[in-house]
Amino acid sequence: MNNIVYYFKQSAKQFWRNKTMGFTSLLAITAMMLILGLFFVVSVNINLFSKVVEKDFDYVEFYLEDSVTESDADGIIAKLKNLNGVQEATYRSKEDALKIMKERWGKNGYLLDTLENNPLPNSILISVEDNKAAEDITAKGKDIKGVEDVKYYKETVEKLTKATDFIQLSAMVIMVFLIVVSVVVVANTIKLTVLARSKEISIMKYVGATNWFVRGPFVVEGAMMGIFSSLIAAGLTWLIYDKVEAIIGEEVMIILSSPLVPAGYMIWNLLIIFMAMGVSVGVCGSIISMRKFLDK
Amino acid sequence: MIEFKNVTKYYGENVGLEDVTISIDKGDFVFLVGPSGAGKSTFIKLILKEINADSGSILVNGKEVTELKNHQVPALRQGIGIVFQDFRLLPRKTVYENIAFAMEIFRCSSKQIRKRVPQILDMVGIGDKMNKYPDELSAGEQQRVAIARAIINNPKLLIADEPTGNLDPETAWDIMDILEGINEAGTTIVMVTHSKDIVDHMQKRVIAIEEGRVVRDDVGIYGYDDTCETCKIGAFSEDE
Repeated sequence: MNNIVYYFKQSAKQFWRNKTMGFTSLLAITAMMLILGLFFVVSVNINLFSKVVEKDFDYVEFYLEDSVTESDADGIIAKLKNLNGVQEATYRSKEDALKIMKERWGKNGYLLDTLENNPLPNSILISVEDNKAAEDITAKGKDIKGVEDVKYYKETVEKLTKATDFIQLSAMVIMVFLIVVSVVVVANTIKLTVLARSKEISIMKYVGATNWFVRGPFVVEGAMMGIFSSLIAAGLTWLIYDKVEAIIGEEVMIILSSPLVPAGYMIWNLLIIFMAMGVSVGVCGSIISMRKFLDK
Repeated sequence: MIEFKNVTKYYGENVGLEDVTISIDKGDFVFLVGPSGAGKSTFIKLILKEINADSGSILVNGKEVTELKNHQVPALRQGIGIVFQDFRLLPRKTVYENIAFAMEIFRCSSKQIRKRVPQILDMVGIGDKMNKYPDELSAGEQQRVAIARAIINNPKLLIADEPTGNLDPETAWDIMDILEGINEAGTTIVMVTHSKDIVDHMQKRVIAIEEGRVVRDDVGIYGYDDTCETCKIGAFSEDE
């Protein structure tokens, strides 16, 4: 207990007496994390978008004419179920459709309240075995009485998914690259600090300090550097993202009918990731870069 | 206190110590003399387990040093005070913090530290320099700090590796007075030196080492007239 207090005191003093070095590395780690954070934010949103799209368009949708009643629709469902490759068929009333849309628009849902008439049609949703069956059903379904239109987007969606997968993969590669870079930066900064104090370390050892006693303040310093950087980087990412969300969030919702991940929700995950990363990078960095000096 | 039995240490082809047997009792004040490269530093380094002996037995404070594991070395050094020619103070710490550091290693409470550090600084005569940094002090003052750090934890053994090597004669005598006081209080002192004046005047036990062997061991004078050549190349510079 006493030791931990000592480590904290020492590392605070060390940091203050090596301000320039300390702030430089703090800045470097923060910058890395900020870039990482922005990539993370973009990547999470693309992920959400592709999930939403996949879920929304994973079926063949039959739009019914307004004259078709619910009981007529049951008849159509029965007919559709006879077709090859149909797994399930469900009826969705125009009210339900509006409700779903409202839900998806989230806080912008009030925009739909101003509608005088519900413009959405009643529909039947059909999940299918595969693309071929879907094409078949689309073709045949069009001839059924009461069906106004048949929509099937799966192929388009698959292309889109492929594109987003690729974007995600690239983002992942870049993120890994950035993590490696920031590890190297931290390790080097700490190595410089340790090198500048190698004489001090050898004196400490002469006076009888154990390895952990010498290492303690450096490890704490590394961890603190990680924590501070993650706080700053997470804060900045939040500020930027919050602004972006406020400016284009509604437009994205309306155009892509997919919401942005809320800033408040994202920030805590990001902070936890940054903290874990920063602390482990700081601690490992200091232990690794001190090994050479302590083994003497 | 210190028992070397048939200790041999080679650095490759070069002899460090060869078949050295020395016994230093508790409370002794011993001068270690001899030309540079004769083995004085090797002797000190073996005591501190900075290097390992090739053969022989080394007892320090009742512990067999040659059998200590690496992680036991800090405990060994905590029982020994060390003073160097070049002081080796922590440059980024104040005088107070330098002394406090040695106490922190011993897990002393901050209350103890606050009480004891000013006492010991008064004892070595620099109570008023507590908050200065080492580079703001004169050489003599720095050596006083180093001595204070070495004895703060009441070690049974104090090793002084040319403690007066960087000091002018007058300051050197002040330092010797302090060391003698410490010895009178019961601490064993082993002092490496090239200073003929000091050794001749103090009339203590003198161990002379040449080419890795003990060539003389009695009470009395320095016995060399090489002081001025060798005092420049002290024992510490050998390993730098």
